[in-house]
Amino acid sequence: MGIPETKKTFASLREKILAQNGKEYWRSIEEHADTPEFREFVAEEYPHEIEQWDSTLSRRNFVKVMGASLALAGLSGCVIQPPEKIVPYVTSPVGMLPGKPAFFATAMSLGGIATGLLAESFEGRPIKIEGNPLHPGSQGATDVLAQASLLDMYDPDRSQEVTFRGGYSTWESFVPTFRSAIEQNRADGGAGIRFLNTTITSPTLVDQFAQIKRELPNSKLIQFEPVNNDNAMAGARMAFGSPAHTVYRFDRAERVLSLDADIFSSFNTGYIKDYTKQRVYSETKKDMCRLYCIETTVSLMGAKADHRIAVKPSQMTEITKAVAAAVGVSGAVSTYTENADWIAAMARDLAAFRGRSLVIAGAHQSPAVHALAHTMNAALGNVGQTVVYTEPLSPGSEKLQVEQLRELITEIDSGVVKMLVILNGNPVYDTPIDLKLTPERMSKIPLRIHLGLRVDETAEHCHWHVPAKHYLESWSDARAYDGTASIVQPLVAPLYGGKNDHEFVQLFMQENFDQKDYDIIRGFWQRQNIGSGRAAVPVASPPTPVTDTSGGAAGENPEVAAVSQRSDNSNAASTSASPAPVSTASPAGNTAASAGAPGPGLRTGGGAGTGTAASNFEDNWRKAVHDGVVPNTAAPAKSVTASSGFLGQPAPAVQRMGELEINILPDPCVYDGRFSNNGWLQELPKPLNKVTWENVGLISPRTAERLGINTGSDDREFAGGTRGSSFINTKGGNTFSDLVTVTYQGVDIQKPVPMWITPGQPDDVITLFMGYGRTRAGRVGTGIGYNVFDVTRSDAMNSGSGNISAVPGTTTIASTQIHFNMEGRDLLRVWNLDEYNKNPDVGHQHDEYPKSMYPYEEHQEVYNKHNKWAMTIDLNSCVGCNACVIACQAENNIPVVGKEQVERSREMHWLRIDTYYGGGDISNPDGPHFQPVLCQQCEQAPCEVVCPVHATVHSAEGLNDMVYNRCVGTRYCSNNCPYKVRRFNFLLYQDWNTPQYKLMRNPEVTVRSRGVMEKCTYCTQRISAARIEAEKEDRPIRDGEVVTACQAACPTDAIIFGNMHDENSQIAKTKKDHRNYILLNELNTQPRTTYLAALKNQNREMPDYHSREKAVHTPGMQESKAPAGEDGH
Amino acid sequence: MAQFFNKSANNIARISMVLVAVLAGTAFYAYTQIARSSYLTGRYLEKQQPVQFSHKHHTGDDGIDCRYCHSTVETTASAGMPPTQTCMNCHSEIWADSPYLEPVRASFRDNKPIEWERVHDLPEYTYFNHSIHVAKGVGCSTCHGEIDNMPAVYQENTLQMEWCIACHREPGNFIRPKTEIYNMQWQDNELTAAERVNLKSEYKIRTRELLTSCSTCHR
Repeated sequence: MGIPETKKTFASLREKILAQNGKEYWRSIEEHADTPEFREFVAEEYPHEIEQWDSTLSRRNFVKVMGASLALAGLSGCVIQPPEKIVPYVTSPVGMLPGKPAFFATAMSLGGIATGLLAESFEGRPIKIEGNPLHPGSQGATDVLAQASLLDMYDPDRSQEVTFRGGYSTWESFVPTFRSAIEQNRADGGAGIRFLNTTITSPTLVDQFAQIKRELPNSKLIQFEPVNNDNAMAGARMAFGSPAHTVYRFDRAERVLSLDADIFSSFNTGYIKDYTKQRVYSETKKDMCRLYCIETTVSLMGAKADHRIAVKPSQMTEITKAVAAAVGVSGAVSTYTENADWIAAMARDLAAFRGRSLVIAGAHQSPAVHALAHTMNAALGNVGQTVVYTEPLSPGSEKLQVEQLRELITEIDSGVVKMLVILNGNPVYDTPIDLKLTPERMSKIPLRIHLGLRVDETAEHCHWHVPAKHYLESWSDARAYDGTASIVQPLVAPLYGGKNDHEFVQLFMQENFDQKDYDIIRGFWQRQNIGSGRAAVPVASPPTPVTDTSGGAAGENPEVAAVSQRSDNSNAASTSASPAPVSTASPAGNTAASAGAPGPGLRTGGGAGTGTAASNFEDNWRKAVHDGVVPNTAAPAKSVTASSGFLGQPAPAVQRMGELEINILPDPCVYDGRFSNNGWLQELPKPLNKVTWENVGLISPRTAERLGINTGSDDREFAGGTRGSSFINTKGGNTFSDLVTVTYQGVDIQKPVPMWITPGQPDDVITLFMGYGRTRAGRVGTGIGYNVFDVTRSDAMNSGSGNISAVPGTTTIASTQIHFNMEGRDLLRVWNLDEYNKNPDVGHQHDEYPKSMYPYEEHQEVYNKHNKWAMTIDLNSCVGCNACVIACQAENNIPVVGKEQVERSREMHWLRIDTYYGGGDISNPDGPHFQPVLCQQCEQAPCEVVCPVHATVHSAEGLNDMVYNRCVGTRYCSNNCPYKVRRFNFLLYQDWNTPQYKLMRNPEVTVRSRGVMEKCTYCTQRISAARIEAEKEDRPIRDGEVVTACQAACPTDAIIFGNMHDENSQIAKTKKDHRNYILLNELNTQPRTTYLAALKNQNREMPDYHSREKAVHTPGMQESKAPAGEDGH
Repeated sequence: MAQFFNKSANNIARISMVLVAVLAGTAFYAYTQIARSSYLTGRYLEKQQPVQFSHKHHTGDDGIDCRYCHSTVETTASAGMPPTQTCMNCHSEIWADSPYLEPVRASFRDNKPIEWERVHDLPEYTYFNHSIHVAKGVGCSTCHGEIDNMPAVYQENTLQMEWCIACHREPGNFIRPKTEIYNMQWQDNELTAAERVNLKSEYKIRTRELLTSCSTCHR
């Protein structure tokens, strides 16, 4: 292909993008434009720069060196294995079975909301996180943060010493100094003592602070984190007159309206599980809930919505008022006049499902939107049905977090604060600029103490830094979204020493100041008389330093929330349905923490609610620790009356400071920056744009065009010219992204922001993400991305206005969006529910079997004699949350490769989630739709026949086995794989040296080295374990006994796995489902993994109803070429 | 121009062709022999252990069951190495002052584990599970040899894949009644062919295809 032909100017490409009716489904704007260059890019198995040679070694010298190594290579097979030692225990812990993992219930908190977990312990080392089926906030599933928290625990960058003014010190020298400082402050009742914490809901910690308040009545507790509940609390106050915590009951909601809420990426797996119960479609449940979404940026919830409108943040309140008026909220008058049909039709639909509909508001939306959502739920009769109110879970919710912070900053400035104790937050980094805890402010405080996992931006400016314990190392307790309390138990002795916040806060007590966390937690729950059948610990009571009134007497309400009752039932059901790992109780006493190994334990089946409440505390305590849930602690319902009186009040207006509106959201991977140093999360492709290792700014295609963003003006544009291949940015794409300076409310973000053209983004709205631009995060997270906390303001925490101006240069974004592209074929199927119900055979696929050149009958003969493992992925349920990707990474020891390698398409994730936009309109596309793609385990696998060394061969059970020790790295298999699911270790990606990581790895899976191909094997180690157990008990493997890592993590139960030969198994049923289809069926690979088509439950009355009858079964790309691999290199 | 090679060069060429073939064959044969030799497999090599523990004495003479020490052989992948506590169960009473046992007492006293030299060492990419082999009628001595005659334990077999596969292909030749699993003196020829077939179906031993699938042992 000559260069001049490929040299398309961006203008013409952009025209093509904007004007052309693209193909039905597309993954990126590049694919949408579908230029010859893009096709050329896709035709290469690995993208540009693959030929680039990193080493300074010249090619000639390389051959010389390699010649010598090759001569020796033949002998490497004969190397004698190094001698090994066997080191048994001196006294074996009771119940310890070497090589058998045990599961311990624990919980991880984020923003004060806990997700119950079961941590898998292998000979005393936590190696994997699973969900706790008994916990309402998990219901057996997990999210990306919980999965990745394992890596956080082993992070070698965690602080390992107590430091004083940057120099090493010890806990022993810290305690007396600190205690004497406290004593000096005791005279005035601790008037100079301030605690700055993240959101607290831990009942014990709340109690500890209450006691500090009694001993030091003038001390104050400030809770602040950048992602908080302020808007929800303010909104509740507007609607009800008092703050309230909202608990949604998605399992009862048949019509859901989301007002810029995104439960799918809000790290509350309980909600996603509940939502899925209504959304799931099966041959026996042919209706499903309908999701409407009004949002200000593209989100997972918008992607999955049946009807979606994108509006500017400034329009959000008005459109919400328009909806409120339409559903009959008295007094709601709106100036928003667009989309009137849309709103009216939706309001009719919501009203028709009175008591079964639900309106939810996003945490970053204004208080007015929250208040309107409350009034709408009241008007729709949903209160008590799909929405329940409780007292706030966190004490001190009377005052907004940002107001608490403002008070603290004022006091620091006036010199009142004598001692600042920062527990777990990173306020120097993440406070808004007008209330920034700057180093100058910090220096006004005579004594500053920081407890945290790492020496971060805040620790740098504190006198003392005390290493904190990770939640997997400490005793604590936490509350779920519905108030249910959990006991957090340690899995291992602290790797680097450290104390947790309970032990730290205990230092302020006059008595028992040196109590261990176990004694503190156990002591607290002993006083609560747990298991006695009533809400043991009232939420938000007792009083705390910042609470003036003693919060909720509500806890005494004997009518203990239907919520808790419900969660018990559903949990019991889910336990029996999916075999949860057996959870083993922790040792009584502190054995686990001190010995670093699980000791004597109750080994009971994870049966919930089977035991009756025993009278003595010890039994109740052990049961609570074992189950991970303290019974009957869900917050009782609070009765509130929503009034729309607030509509008359003027809304506080933020000064408009520019022509663009700007949204600021937590990052879907690293959240607010606290997970910055986690390589798994950094490399996890962000759900919608698949960007890794960076945060970008989202911009709509039309706005980008108007402002000339990403116009492909880079010099490198034609760098590959002489080869006749040009690089991706010639397609006017995102990969080489333009940098801009973003001005938000008049202040510039210091680092330039790379822009990312995002289909579906509302015009003139830029979306920015938190969590990057860290200056002291650790070796992984320092210095990447821009920092939005340069510009957030207390009056504009989440949205405001501003401008962008281009700065010279572009940057390369490591996005996996266009990697492993399978080229448009019948890859994704999305149908309308009503159309599908009329004609379920619409997607019938031809069996391509007769065309096979493989010995098909011979294969089948073998498969018929054995278990036939297979997987079905329900695209209707999948919400693209990425939990499976990280779960797979943790289970299978998948390495992190780094940004530069991701740019070369060398990421190692065995499971990727493809996102496909639908429709021809790039500004308002359908979707994106999500499709997890992992090894399809083809019965007639193209990869196997091309392997010269038989390193990939079929097992009798139909798995496409990968034998790492046979692989010589020809990569022929990957070249021949039509699904692009094989991953090659181009370099030594695994960290073989850091001792901490050795502890973390799953010992059941080989750790791969350089030059080896790897891929998904359906978690063959889990199949083996189940098979061996079943064979020993002389029975077949039960349905549901083998749960793959991705399946276990999935909060939507989208992944179904099992033995197809078992007629009654769930997998056999899904394979007969009419929605079932095979990816690239025309290649006749006979994969064991199949997909269930996604369904949209669109409302025919809506103006944007989009019939999909024609879209069915049309190959997307007309000029469909041979499989991607064939014309590779 | 004179002939560069004289006539005898033809013979030399022929002989050297044969020689090359013979040498290549010899080299290959030597390679196979060296690869299987105890030099590389560690077979028959006794290792110096920190404690002069004799299986011959404990199992052969005293008749202690294998499972007294290797207690998890029926339940987990690992047969289990006894903690020092297990040694001390008896040796706090008998031979309590023996100098041979000082390392054991020291371990118990100082709470420092004994570091044994591993004798049977499979490569890390091979996942062997004791419990399933025992459950399917493979006796200890099939792999480990007559441990009760070994004062110091050595590796009886090569532990190479060809050796594993020999049994995975024809498991019937190597199984025995469950009562004889821990019998070190059991000989494979004690069962008739018919008895083997019966035993194989009684144990529901899986097909050759499954047992020789890669993922049965490698992950």
